[in-house]
Amino acid sequence: MSAQEDSISYRIIADLLEARTGQQIDRGRRWRIPTTLATVFRKRGISNVDQLVCLLASPGEERLADEVVEALLNNETYFFRDRAMFDQLDDHVLPTLREKRAMRKRLNIWCAGCSTGQEPLSLAMLFRSQKALWDGWTIDIVATDISSKAIATARRGIYSQFEVQRGLSVTQMLTHFEETPEGWKVDPALRAMIRYRERNLLEMMDPDQRFDLVLCRNVLLYFDRPTRSRAFDIIHKTMADDGWLMLGAGETASSLTSRLAHVPNTIGLHQPVGLMPAKRQAI
Amino acid sequence: MKTCLIVDDSRVIRKVSRHMVEAIGLAVEEAANGQEALDACAQAMPDVILLDWNMPVMSGIEFITRLRASPGGEAPKVVFCTTENDAAHIREAVQAGANEYVMKPFDHETLQIKLQLVGVA
Ligand SMILES: C[S@@+](CC[C@H](N)C(=O)[O-])C[C@H]1O[C@@H](n2cnc3c(N)ncnc32)[C@H](O)[C@@H]1O
Repeated sequence: MSAQEDSISYRIIADLLEARTGQQIDRGRRWRIPTTLATVFRKRGISNVDQLVCLLASPGEERLADEVVEALLNNETYFFRDRAMFDQLDDHVLPTLREKRAMRKRLNIWCAGCSTGQEPLSLAMLFRSQKALWDGWTIDIVATDISSKAIATARRGIYSQFEVQRGLSVTQMLTHFEETPEGWKVDPALRAMIRYRERNLLEMMDPDQRFDLVLCRNVLLYFDRPTRSRAFDIIHKTMADDGWLMLGAGETASSLTSRLAHVPNTIGLHQPVGLMPAKRQAI
Repeated sequence: MKTCLIVDDSRVIRKVSRHMVEAIGLAVEEAANGQEALDACAQAMPDVILLDWNMPVMSGIEFITRLRASPGGEAPKVVFCTTENDAAHIREAVQAGANEYVMKPFDHETLQIKLQLVGVA
Protein backbone atom coordinates (compact mmCIF):
# COMPACT_ATOMS: atom_id res chain seq x y z
CA MET A 1 0.00 0.00 0.00
CA SER A 2 1.40 3.41 -0.84
CA ALA A 3 1.50 6.15 1.72
CA GLN A 4 -1.06 8.04 -0.31
CA GLU A 5 -3.95 5.78 0.68
CA ASP A 6 -2.97 6.34 4.28
CA SER A 7 -2.98 10.10 3.86
CA ILE A 8 -5.23 12.38 5.82
CA SER A 9 -7.30 13.25 2.72
CA TYR A 10 -8.20 9.64 2.01
CA ARG A 11 -9.10 9.20 5.66
CA ILE A 12 -11.32 12.25 5.63
CA ILE A 13 -13.26 10.87 2.66
CA ALA A 14 -13.57 7.43 4.25
CA ASP A 15 -14.72 9.04 7.51
CA LEU A 16 -17.30 11.12 5.69
CA LEU A 17 -18.84 8.01 4.16
CA GLU A 18 -18.79 6.16 7.48
CA ALA A 19 -20.32 9.02 9.41
CA ARG A 20 -23.16 9.37 6.93
CA THR A 21 -23.90 5.70 6.18
CA GLY A 22 -21.99 3.33 8.44
CA GLN A 23 -20.14 1.98 5.39
CA GLN A 24 -16.39 1.61 5.90
CA ILE A 25 -13.69 1.74 3.30
CA ASP A 26 -10.85 -0.13 4.91
CA ARG A 27 -7.28 0.87 4.08
CA GLY A 28 -6.82 -1.91 1.58
CA ARG A 29 -9.65 -0.56 -0.57
CA ARG A 30 -8.92 3.16 -0.34
CA TRP A 31 -6.85 3.19 -3.52
CA ARG A 32 -10.13 2.90 -5.42
CA ILE A 33 -11.47 6.21 -4.13
CA PRO A 34 -10.20 8.39 -7.03
CA THR A 35 -11.57 5.99 -9.68
CA THR A 36 -14.93 5.78 -7.92
CA LEU A 37 -15.07 9.57 -7.72
CA ALA A 38 -13.94 10.16 -11.33
CA THR A 39 -17.28 11.73 -12.33
CA VAL A 40 -17.27 14.07 -9.33
CA PHE A 41 -13.66 15.07 -10.10
CA ARG A 42 -14.51 15.77 -13.74
CA LYS A 43 -17.57 17.85 -12.85
CA ARG A 44 -15.54 20.01 -10.48
CA GLY A 45 -12.42 20.17 -12.66
CA ILE A 46 -10.21 18.60 -10.02
CA SER A 47 -7.85 15.65 -10.28
CA ASN A 48 -7.09 14.31 -6.83
CA VAL A 49 -8.40 13.59 -3.36
CA ASP A 50 -6.45 16.41 -1.70
CA GLN A 51 -8.14 18.97 -3.94
CA LEU A 52 -11.50 17.39 -3.18
CA VAL A 53 -10.97 17.72 0.56
CA CYS A 54 -10.08 21.42 0.12
CA LEU A 55 -13.24 21.95 -1.89
CA LEU A 56 -15.33 20.15 0.71
CA ALA A 57 -14.12 22.64 3.31
CA SER A 58 -15.03 25.64 1.15
CA PRO A 59 -18.14 27.65 1.85
CA GLY A 60 -21.07 27.00 -0.46
CA GLU A 61 -20.06 23.42 -1.17
CA GLU A 62 -22.49 21.68 1.18
CA ARG A 63 -24.00 19.64 -1.67
CA LEU A 64 -20.60 18.27 -2.64
CA ALA A 65 -20.45 16.00 0.41
CA ASP A 66 -23.79 14.46 -0.62
CA GLU A 67 -22.45 13.85 -4.11
CA VAL A 68 -19.29 12.23 -2.78
CA VAL A 69 -21.26 9.94 -0.47
CA GLU A 70 -23.64 8.97 -3.29
CA ALA A 71 -20.74 8.14 -5.58
CA LEU A 72 -18.99 6.02 -2.97
CA LEU A 73 -22.02 3.84 -2.23
CA ASN A 74 -21.98 0.47 -3.94
CA ASN A 75 -25.40 0.03 -5.55
CA GLU A 76 -24.68 -3.32 -7.20
CA THR A 77 -27.85 -5.38 -7.46
CA TYR A 78 -29.85 -7.52 -9.85
CA PHE A 79 -33.17 -9.28 -10.09
CA PHE A 80 -33.59 -12.45 -7.99
CA ARG A 81 -30.01 -12.13 -6.78
CA ASP A 82 -29.08 -15.52 -5.27
CA ARG A 83 -32.13 -17.32 -6.60
CA ALA A 84 -31.79 -20.08 -4.04
CA MET A 85 -32.72 -17.53 -1.39
CA PHE A 86 -35.90 -16.57 -3.18
CA ASP A 87 -36.69 -20.28 -3.47
CA GLN A 88 -36.40 -20.46 0.34
CA LEU A 89 -38.95 -17.70 0.67
CA ASP A 90 -41.20 -19.49 -1.74
CA ASP A 91 -40.81 -22.93 -0.17
CA HIS A 92 -40.78 -22.13 3.55
CA VAL A 93 -41.16 -18.54 4.67
CA LEU A 94 -44.20 -17.48 2.66
CA PRO A 95 -46.21 -20.69 3.30
CA THR A 96 -45.55 -20.26 7.05
CA LEU A 97 -46.58 -16.63 6.99
CA ARG A 98 -49.66 -17.39 4.96
CA GLU A 99 -50.77 -19.78 7.65
CA LYS A 100 -49.91 -17.54 10.58
CA ARG A 101 -51.43 -14.39 9.11
CA ALA A 102 -54.48 -16.12 7.67
CA MET A 103 -56.84 -14.10 9.88
CA ARG A 104 -55.29 -10.72 9.20
CA LYS A 105 -54.55 -11.37 5.55
CA ARG A 106 -51.82 -8.79 5.57
CA LEU A 107 -48.06 -8.98 5.22
CA ASN A 108 -45.67 -6.17 6.06
CA ILE A 109 -42.33 -6.46 4.30
CA TRP A 110 -39.25 -4.25 4.50
CA CYS A 111 -36.42 -4.25 1.98
CA ALA A 112 -33.60 -2.39 3.73
CA GLY A 113 -30.93 -1.22 1.29
CA CYS A 114 -33.04 -1.88 -1.79
CA SER A 115 -30.72 0.03 -4.17
CA THR A 116 -32.43 0.66 -7.53
CA GLY A 117 -35.41 -1.57 -6.81
CA GLN A 118 -34.53 -4.95 -8.33
CA GLU A 119 -34.89 -6.70 -4.97
CA PRO A 120 -38.36 -5.47 -3.98
CA LEU A 121 -39.53 -5.95 -7.57
CA SER A 122 -38.33 -9.56 -7.45
CA LEU A 123 -40.47 -10.00 -4.34
CA ALA A 124 -43.44 -8.39 -6.03
CA MET A 125 -43.01 -10.76 -9.00
CA LEU A 126 -42.90 -13.69 -6.62
CA PHE A 127 -46.24 -12.69 -5.09
CA ARG A 128 -47.73 -12.08 -8.47
CA SER A 129 -46.69 -15.53 -9.68
CA GLN A 130 -48.78 -16.93 -6.81
CA LYS A 131 -51.68 -14.60 -7.31
CA ALA A 132 -54.39 -17.12 -6.44
CA LEU A 133 -52.76 -17.92 -3.09
CA TRP A 134 -52.73 -14.28 -2.01
CA ASP A 135 -56.16 -13.33 -3.26
CA GLY A 136 -57.72 -10.85 -0.83
CA TRP A 137 -54.42 -10.18 0.97
CA THR A 138 -52.68 -6.84 1.40
CA ILE A 139 -48.99 -7.18 0.64
CA ASP A 140 -47.24 -4.02 1.78
CA ILE A 141 -43.63 -3.76 0.65
CA VAL A 142 -41.61 -0.83 2.00
CA ALA A 143 -38.24 -0.45 0.30
CA THR A 144 -35.63 1.94 1.67
CA ASP A 145 -32.15 3.07 0.74
CA ILE A 146 -29.89 5.86 1.91
CA SER A 147 -29.01 6.78 -1.68
CA SER A 148 -31.39 9.35 -3.10
CA LYS A 149 -30.16 8.52 -6.61
CA ALA A 150 -30.92 4.83 -6.17
CA ILE A 151 -34.38 5.60 -4.78
CA ALA A 152 -35.10 7.99 -7.66
CA THR A 153 -34.19 5.26 -10.16
CA ALA A 154 -36.28 2.72 -8.29
CA ARG A 155 -39.28 5.07 -8.24
CA ARG A 156 -38.95 5.68 -11.94
CA GLY A 157 -39.01 1.95 -12.64
CA ILE A 158 -37.18 2.12 -15.96
CA TYR A 159 -34.23 -0.18 -16.50
CA SER A 160 -31.54 -0.42 -19.14
CA GLN A 161 -31.28 -3.43 -21.39
CA PHE A 162 -28.29 -4.58 -19.38
CA GLU A 163 -30.15 -4.31 -16.07
CA VAL A 164 -33.45 -5.81 -17.15
CA GLN A 165 -31.99 -9.09 -18.34
CA ARG A 166 -29.70 -9.46 -15.33
CA GLY A 167 -31.35 -12.19 -13.29
CA LEU A 168 -34.68 -12.38 -15.09
CA SER A 169 -35.87 -15.11 -17.41
CA VAL A 170 -37.00 -13.96 -20.84
CA THR A 171 -40.58 -14.78 -19.87
CA GLN A 172 -40.40 -12.68 -16.70
CA MET A 173 -38.92 -9.83 -18.70
CA LEU A 174 -41.63 -9.90 -21.35
CA THR A 175 -44.39 -10.36 -18.77
CA HIS A 176 -43.46 -7.59 -16.37
CA PHE A 177 -41.70 -5.01 -18.54
CA GLU A 178 -42.60 -2.92 -21.50
CA GLU A 179 -40.09 -1.64 -23.99
CA THR A 180 -40.17 2.19 -24.16
CA PRO A 181 -37.86 4.72 -25.80
CA GLU A 182 -36.25 5.42 -22.40
CA GLY A 183 -35.73 1.77 -21.52
CA TRP A 184 -37.62 -1.19 -20.11
CA LYS A 185 -40.47 0.08 -17.98
CA VAL A 186 -41.79 -2.08 -15.19
CA ASP A 187 -45.52 -2.83 -15.13
CA PRO A 188 -47.07 0.02 -13.10
CA ALA A 189 -49.21 -2.43 -11.11
CA LEU A 190 -46.10 -4.27 -9.96
CA ARG A 191 -44.34 -1.00 -9.16
CA ALA A 192 -47.40 0.08 -7.17
CA MET A 193 -46.91 -2.82 -4.75
CA ILE A 194 -43.81 -1.04 -3.40
CA ARG A 195 -43.46 2.14 -1.33
CA TYR A 196 -39.96 3.58 -1.79
CA ARG A 197 -38.39 5.75 0.93
CA GLU A 198 -35.03 7.44 1.22
CA ARG A 199 -33.76 6.43 4.64
CA ASN A 200 -30.72 5.48 6.67
CA LEU A 201 -31.34 2.08 8.19
CA LEU A 202 -29.29 3.08 11.23
CA GLU A 203 -32.02 5.53 12.12
CA MET A 204 -35.00 4.00 13.81
CA MET A 205 -38.10 3.29 11.74
CA ASP A 206 -41.59 3.93 12.99
CA PRO A 207 -41.47 2.27 16.44
CA ASP A 208 -44.92 0.73 16.02
CA GLN A 209 -43.96 -1.01 12.83
CA ARG A 210 -43.86 -4.81 12.94
CA PHE A 211 -42.52 -6.44 9.83
CA ASP A 212 -43.27 -10.05 9.00
CA LEU A 213 -40.30 -10.22 6.68
CA VAL A 214 -37.19 -8.05 6.43
CA LEU A 215 -34.64 -8.34 3.63
CA CYS A 216 -31.30 -6.71 4.33
CA ARG A 217 -28.95 -8.24 1.83
CA ASN A 218 -25.43 -7.19 0.92
CA VAL A 219 -25.78 -3.94 2.87
CA LEU A 220 -24.14 -4.57 6.25
CA LEU A 221 -21.02 -6.13 4.71
CA TYR A 222 -18.96 -2.97 5.04
CA PHE A 223 -20.19 -1.87 8.47
CA ASP A 224 -17.77 -2.44 11.32
CA ARG A 225 -18.88 -4.93 13.98
CA PRO A 226 -20.35 -2.46 16.49
CA THR A 227 -22.33 -0.74 13.73
CA ARG A 228 -23.54 -4.07 12.40
CA SER A 229 -24.68 -5.01 15.91
CA ARG A 230 -26.54 -1.75 16.14
CA ALA A 231 -28.18 -2.37 12.76
CA PHE A 232 -29.32 -5.83 13.87
CA ASP A 233 -30.83 -4.41 17.05
CA ILE A 234 -32.70 -1.79 15.05
CA ILE A 235 -33.95 -4.38 12.58
CA HIS A 236 -34.95 -6.69 15.42
CA LYS A 237 -37.07 -3.95 17.00
CA THR A 238 -39.05 -3.60 13.78
CA MET A 239 -39.75 -7.33 13.44
CA ALA A 240 -42.80 -9.27 14.47
CA ASP A 241 -41.96 -11.85 17.17
CA ASP A 242 -42.33 -14.62 14.64
CA GLY A 243 -41.02 -12.58 11.71
CA TRP A 244 -38.14 -13.44 9.42
CA LEU A 245 -34.94 -11.65 8.44
CA MET A 246 -33.18 -12.62 5.25
CA LEU A 247 -29.55 -11.52 4.95
CA GLY A 248 -27.27 -11.95 1.93
CA ALA A 249 -25.92 -15.35 0.96
CA GLY A 250 -22.66 -15.04 2.90
CA GLU A 251 -23.94 -13.00 5.83
CA THR A 252 -24.85 -13.89 9.38
CA ALA A 253 -26.06 -12.14 12.52
CA SER A 254 -24.50 -14.76 14.77
CA SER A 255 -22.09 -13.34 17.34
CA LEU A 256 -23.25 -9.81 16.54
CA THR A 257 -26.57 -9.83 18.33
CA SER A 258 -28.20 -12.02 20.91
CA ARG A 259 -31.63 -11.10 19.62
CA LEU A 260 -31.60 -12.91 16.30
CA ALA A 261 -30.74 -16.52 15.58
CA HIS A 262 -29.85 -18.18 12.32
CA VAL A 263 -32.51 -20.67 11.27
CA PRO A 264 -30.73 -24.02 10.88
CA ASN A 265 -30.27 -25.38 7.37
CA THR A 266 -31.07 -22.12 5.65
CA ILE A 267 -29.03 -19.57 3.76
CA GLY A 268 -29.13 -16.29 5.63
CA LEU A 269 -32.53 -16.69 7.32
CA HIS A 270 -32.84 -15.42 10.89
CA GLN A 271 -35.65 -15.19 13.44
CA PRO A 272 -35.97 -13.38 16.76
CA VAL A 273 -34.65 -15.29 19.73
CA GLY A 274 -37.27 -16.12 22.32
CA LEU A 275 -39.46 -17.97 19.96
CA MET A 276 -39.97 -21.33 21.63
CA PRO A 277 -37.55 -23.73 19.93
CA ALA A 278 -40.52 -25.85 18.89
CA LYS A 279 -42.13 -22.85 17.30
CA ARG A 280 -39.10 -21.79 15.33
CA GLN A 281 -39.41 -23.17 11.88
CA ALA A 282 -36.38 -25.32 11.29
CA ILE A 283 -36.17 -26.07 7.62
CA MET B 1 -19.64 -32.46 -18.55
CA LYS B 2 -22.45 -30.66 -20.39
CA THR B 3 -21.76 -29.35 -23.86
CA CYS B 4 -22.39 -25.96 -25.41
CA LEU B 5 -22.35 -25.10 -29.11
CA ILE B 6 -21.55 -21.44 -29.78
CA VAL B 7 -22.91 -20.26 -33.11
CA ASP B 8 -21.64 -16.85 -34.19
CA ASP B 9 -19.96 -15.57 -37.34
CA SER B 10 -17.63 -13.34 -35.32
CA ARG B 11 -14.48 -15.11 -34.24
CA VAL B 12 -13.96 -12.55 -31.48
CA ILE B 13 -17.44 -13.07 -30.02
CA ARG B 14 -16.97 -16.84 -30.17
CA LYS B 15 -13.72 -16.46 -28.27
CA VAL B 16 -15.22 -14.22 -25.58
CA SER B 17 -18.29 -16.43 -25.18
CA ARG B 18 -16.14 -19.57 -25.06
CA HIS B 19 -14.16 -18.04 -22.24
CA MET B 20 -17.30 -17.28 -20.20
CA VAL B 21 -19.00 -20.62 -20.92
CA GLU B 22 -15.92 -22.65 -20.05
CA ALA B 23 -15.59 -20.71 -16.80
CA ILE B 24 -19.16 -21.76 -15.99
CA GLY B 25 -18.06 -25.37 -16.48
CA LEU B 26 -19.32 -26.47 -19.90
CA ALA B 27 -17.39 -28.02 -22.78
CA VAL B 28 -17.52 -25.79 -25.87
CA GLU B 29 -17.82 -26.42 -29.62
CA GLU B 30 -18.01 -23.61 -32.17
CA ALA B 31 -19.80 -23.03 -35.45
CA ALA B 32 -19.48 -19.95 -37.68
CA ASN B 33 -22.96 -20.11 -39.20
CA GLY B 34 -26.29 -21.92 -39.05
CA GLN B 35 -25.36 -24.59 -41.59
CA GLU B 36 -22.18 -25.51 -39.75
CA ALA B 37 -24.22 -25.63 -36.57
CA LEU B 38 -26.82 -27.96 -38.11
CA ASP B 39 -24.03 -30.24 -39.26
CA ALA B 40 -22.53 -30.24 -35.77
CA CYS B 41 -25.94 -31.04 -34.24
CA ALA B 42 -26.43 -33.92 -36.69
CA GLN B 43 -23.19 -35.39 -35.36
CA ALA B 44 -24.04 -34.89 -31.69
CA MET B 45 -26.73 -32.79 -30.06
CA PRO B 46 -25.22 -30.35 -27.54
CA ASP B 47 -26.99 -29.64 -24.24
CA VAL B 48 -27.23 -25.95 -25.02
CA ILE B 49 -26.72 -23.68 -28.01
CA LEU B 50 -25.72 -20.00 -27.80
CA LEU B 51 -27.09 -18.54 -30.99
CA ASP B 52 -26.43 -15.29 -32.81
CA TRP B 53 -29.19 -13.77 -34.96
CA ASN B 54 -27.54 -12.21 -38.00
CA MET B 55 -25.17 -14.59 -39.73
CA PRO B 56 -24.26 -15.32 -43.33
CA VAL B 57 -25.50 -18.56 -44.96
CA MET B 58 -28.36 -19.05 -42.48
CA SER B 59 -29.86 -16.73 -39.86
CA GLY B 60 -30.30 -17.76 -36.24
CA ILE B 61 -34.08 -17.94 -36.70
CA GLU B 62 -33.79 -20.18 -39.74
CA PHE B 63 -31.35 -22.36 -37.85
CA ILE B 64 -33.59 -22.84 -34.81
CA THR B 65 -36.63 -23.51 -36.99
CA ARG B 66 -34.77 -26.25 -38.84
CA LEU B 67 -33.18 -27.59 -35.68
CA ARG B 68 -36.52 -27.91 -33.89
CA ALA B 69 -37.98 -29.76 -36.90
CA SER B 70 -35.10 -32.23 -37.08
CA PRO B 71 -34.96 -35.59 -35.24
CA GLY B 72 -33.81 -34.99 -31.66
CA GLY B 73 -33.76 -31.26 -32.35
CA GLU B 74 -36.21 -30.53 -29.52
CA ALA B 75 -33.65 -31.50 -26.93
CA PRO B 76 -31.00 -28.78 -26.85
CA LYS B 77 -31.77 -25.62 -24.95
CA VAL B 78 -31.33 -22.63 -27.20
CA VAL B 79 -30.22 -19.27 -25.84
CA PHE B 80 -30.19 -16.43 -28.34
CA CYS B 81 -27.21 -14.14 -27.81
CA THR B 82 -27.61 -11.12 -30.04
CA THR B 83 -27.63 -7.37 -30.54
CA GLU B 84 -31.26 -7.58 -31.71
CA ASN B 85 -32.71 -6.04 -28.58
CA ASP B 86 -36.35 -5.15 -29.13
CA ALA B 87 -39.38 -6.96 -27.79
CA ALA B 88 -40.58 -7.95 -31.29
CA HIS B 89 -37.37 -9.84 -32.05
CA ILE B 90 -37.40 -11.44 -28.63
CA ARG B 91 -40.97 -12.68 -29.06
CA GLU B 92 -40.15 -13.98 -32.52
CA ALA B 93 -37.23 -15.97 -31.12
CA VAL B 94 -39.31 -17.44 -28.30
CA GLN B 95 -42.03 -18.39 -30.76
CA ALA B 96 -39.46 -20.11 -32.94
CA GLY B 97 -38.47 -22.26 -29.97
CA ALA B 98 -35.78 -20.32 -28.09
CA ASN B 99 -35.61 -21.06 -24.36
CA GLU B 100 -33.77 -17.92 -23.33
CA TYR B 101 -32.58 -14.64 -24.77
CA VAL B 102 -29.52 -12.56 -23.96
CA MET B 103 -29.02 -9.09 -25.42
CA LYS B 104 -25.45 -7.99 -26.10
CA PRO B 105 -23.68 -6.58 -24.19
CA PHE B 106 -24.00 -8.88 -21.20
CA ASP B 107 -21.75 -9.94 -18.35
CA HIS B 108 -20.70 -13.24 -16.83
CA GLU B 109 -23.44 -13.04 -14.17
CA THR B 110 -26.19 -12.60 -16.73
CA LEU B 111 -25.03 -15.50 -18.89
CA GLN B 112 -24.52 -17.78 -15.91
CA ILE B 113 -28.04 -17.13 -14.62
CA LYS B 114 -29.52 -17.70 -18.07
CA LEU B 115 -27.68 -21.03 -18.31
CA GLN B 116 -28.96 -21.91 -14.83
CA LEU B 117 -32.49 -20.99 -15.86
CA VAL B 118 -32.37 -23.46 -18.77
CA GLY B 119 -30.91 -26.09 -16.45
CA VAL B 120 -27.41 -26.56 -17.85
CA ALA B 121 -25.31 -24.70 -15.28
C1 LIG C 1 -24.80 -3.65 -2.72
S1 LIG C 1 -26.38 -2.87 -2.63
C2 LIG C 1 -27.43 -4.26 -2.32
C3 LIG C 1 -28.80 -4.11 -2.92
C4 LIG C 1 -29.73 -5.29 -2.71
N1 LIG C 1 -30.11 -5.43 -1.31
C5 LIG C 1 -29.12 -6.57 -3.20
O1 LIG C 1 -28.73 -7.41 -2.39
O2 LIG C 1 -29.04 -6.74 -4.41
C6 LIG C 1 -26.28 -2.06 -1.04
C7 LIG C 1 -27.22 -0.88 -0.87
O3 LIG C 1 -27.26 -0.49 0.50
C8 LIG C 1 -27.38 0.90 0.57
N2 LIG C 1 -26.93 1.36 1.89
C9 LIG C 1 -25.67 1.45 2.35
N3 LIG C 1 -25.66 1.93 3.61
C10 LIG C 1 -26.95 2.16 3.95
C11 LIG C 1 -27.58 2.66 5.12
N4 LIG C 1 -26.89 3.04 6.20
N5 LIG C 1 -28.94 2.76 5.12
C12 LIG C 1 -29.66 2.37 4.05
N6 LIG C 1 -29.11 1.91 2.91
C13 LIG C 1 -27.76 1.80 2.87
C14 LIG C 1 -26.54 1.40 -0.60
O4 LIG C 1 -26.93 2.70 -0.98
C15 LIG C 1 -26.82 0.34 -1.67
O5 LIG C 1 -27.87 0.73 -2.51
